[in-house]
Amino acid sequence: MTNTVHEPSEQALIQLLTPEGERRSHAEYDSYIQDVDAEMLRGFYRDMALTRRFDQEATALQRQGQLALWVPLRGQEAAQIGSGRATRPSDYIFPTYREHGVALTRNVDFPQMLRIFRGISNGGWDPRENNFHMYTMVLAAQMPHATGYAMGIQRDQAGWDAERLEKDGEAVVAYFGDGSSTEGEVHESMVFAASFNSPVVFFCQNNQWAISVPFHVQSKVPLADRAAGYGFPGIRVDGNDVLAVLAVTRWALERARRGEGPVLIEAVTYRMSAHTTADDPTKYRLDADEEAWVGRDPLARLEKHLRDNDLADELFFKQVAVDGDEMATRVRIEAMAFPDPELSQSFANVYAEAHPLIQEELKWHLEYEAGFADTTEEGATR
Amino acid sequence: MSTTTMTLAKAITAGLDKVLASNPKSLLIGEDIGRLGGVYRVTDGLIDSYGADRVIDSPLGEAGIIGTSIGMAIRGYAPIAEIQFDGFVFPAFNQITTQLAKMRARSEGRFGAPVVIRIPYGGGIGSIEHHSESPEALFAHTAGLRIMAPSNAHDAYWMIQQAAACQDPVIFFEPKRRYWLKGEVDTENPAADAFKAQIIRPGEDATIVTYGPLVPVALAAAEAAREDGRSVEVIDLRSVSPIDFDTITESVEKTGRLIVTHEAPTFGGIGGEIAARISERAFLSLEAPVIRVGGFHMPYPVAKVEEQYLPDIDKVLEALDRSFAY
Repeated sequence: MTNTVHEPSEQALIQLLTPEGERRSHAEYDSYIQDVDAEMLRGFYRDMALTRRFDQEATALQRQGQLALWVPLRGQEAAQIGSGRATRPSDYIFPTYREHGVALTRNVDFPQMLRIFRGISNGGWDPRENNFHMYTMVLAAQMPHATGYAMGIQRDQAGWDAERLEKDGEAVVAYFGDGSSTEGEVHESMVFAASFNSPVVFFCQNNQWAISVPFHVQSKVPLADRAAGYGFPGIRVDGNDVLAVLAVTRWALERARRGEGPVLIEAVTYRMSAHTTADDPTKYRLDADEEAWVGRDPLARLEKHLRDNDLADELFFKQVAVDGDEMATRVRIEAMAFPDPELSQSFANVYAEAHPLIQEELKWHLEYEAGFADTTEEGATR
Repeated sequence: MSTTTMTLAKAITAGLDKVLASNPKSLLIGEDIGRLGGVYRVTDGLIDSYGADRVIDSPLGEAGIIGTSIGMAIRGYAPIAEIQFDGFVFPAFNQITTQLAKMRARSEGRFGAPVVIRIPYGGGIGSIEHHSESPEALFAHTAGLRIMAPSNAHDAYWMIQQAAACQDPVIFFEPKRRYWLKGEVDTENPAADAFKAQIIRPGEDATIVTYGPLVPVALAAAEAAREDGRSVEVIDLRSVSPIDFDTITESVEKTGRLIVTHEAPTFGGIGGEIAARISERAFLSLEAPVIRVGGFHMPYPVAKVEEQYLPDIDKVLEALDRSFAY
């Protein structure tokens, strides 16, 4: 058990909304959220609340034996909604396996996301429909894909002038965490992106814990500092402040679109729940560690801001709660109604082109299974 | 007349040139492949024809090379990546086996990552550690990948183009000690389908199956065996995954004896898979057990003793003797 409480460092942290819900002006980043009015703020709250409700429902489904596993994101809603809402539909997102909130901003239908965790699919949705890639379970393996995708964008946009780049230019957001930040592929993805000045924003949600290993073991410096070693900007943002995350990500994406290269964003947040439903944080972190972050809850912060400034009334919050429950019910019903897949379908997508071994094994499998056609589950012949 | 004499290396260069010229989405990426033309000069001159955006000198980093290739493929490009030497592919092993091989399955068939990975492979060049390995079985075990190994200039010219046209990821093992082997390349009449094995020497009494750098060894052994009155058929596998078992089966049903030889260690190798499959398919035709001639179960040895490690004509002849004596 780690016997220290890991306080978040407040050093050079971009913050536009304090934990008390007070708006702080910022000389550089205010200009990136000038369009954010009351309606947009309510929208962000709604996004975050729906995400949290979805997370809660999925956790319950796992506890009830309906999902093999669930990866909670509680506490990271502002980092995900703020960054996701900063993207354009034409930008391409490479998530980890915890970006349920980003998925919402990309219009991925929540029930579809449970197909992975119900053991039905290793993908679950069409990444090309919303430019939201499949979840990648191997930590950091998606990072060089993001850089490569951005290299492809550069080639597609070769010869574009500044005006066209600003209007139609595309960029990539590569999500990763403080845990995967130590993987070699993060390093290589950043080296390549720097070498080729590729339009990719590396978005790290530093949630302080790599399952049981605290952040100070992952890094002796703020992760944003690492960017200097690659020669592009690194910026630390309060990851529980949806406005700051939105502003900083917009800044980074605009920069990338203009052809000014990658940015590393470190969104300082906290994993308020377990790593997965198979995890037990009581074995490695103190209650005090969790309590230190309760006051920084991203939803509570925005709610306070909305209430204190009369930007949303009680009816709004009630409606969001009702909508959340309705969504959760739909998620539950649809997820449990997914038909089970057939193993024979798994043969189809191993290769694009005809493959003799696949054909031979599929034939054998079908014949073998057909041999049980007249047999009941107990093995007796009908 | 469209036949030209070329080295195997230059045939690959010419094949790559054709790919780059015909598919604007194709591109090359790897260490030192641009200005230098690759350590074996296989990509020599291509940067002059197609520019640095399509012949990309990458930073050092195999996971980065394959990982970014996958990303470019998702974006719609058709990357052909070069890994400088066989023993250096392992930093990219994760990208190849967990990502590249499975992209189509994970996307439920919506898209794959049709990346070609060129790897100069095999020993016999008197080099230092990690420059002489044959890791093909490690990749053949992974579903989703295809593996090719040309043995001659004509095949090399056409097979690299077939690999590039394939919608599945292909690992293209280039027999580096045969890079300078000259051969006739018919640039108008394509080689056979890369996934079909070819009988390159017909025979009646025994079959030798091999691929890549050992094809000349197998041919020489068959020629030597002829002097002992044995008619030996030689099959060049060309594709290591999938394997064209039909061609091998048909041959063994005729000859009754099978020797499989490759440079990679015998244990857990491609030869074992062939032996097992042929035992299932042609058990009653076999006059003797299938015999494998491969590397020993040891790290690839130092250059001073590699000749004793590598399968050669005598080892193949010894295997034939054992087969006939059974």
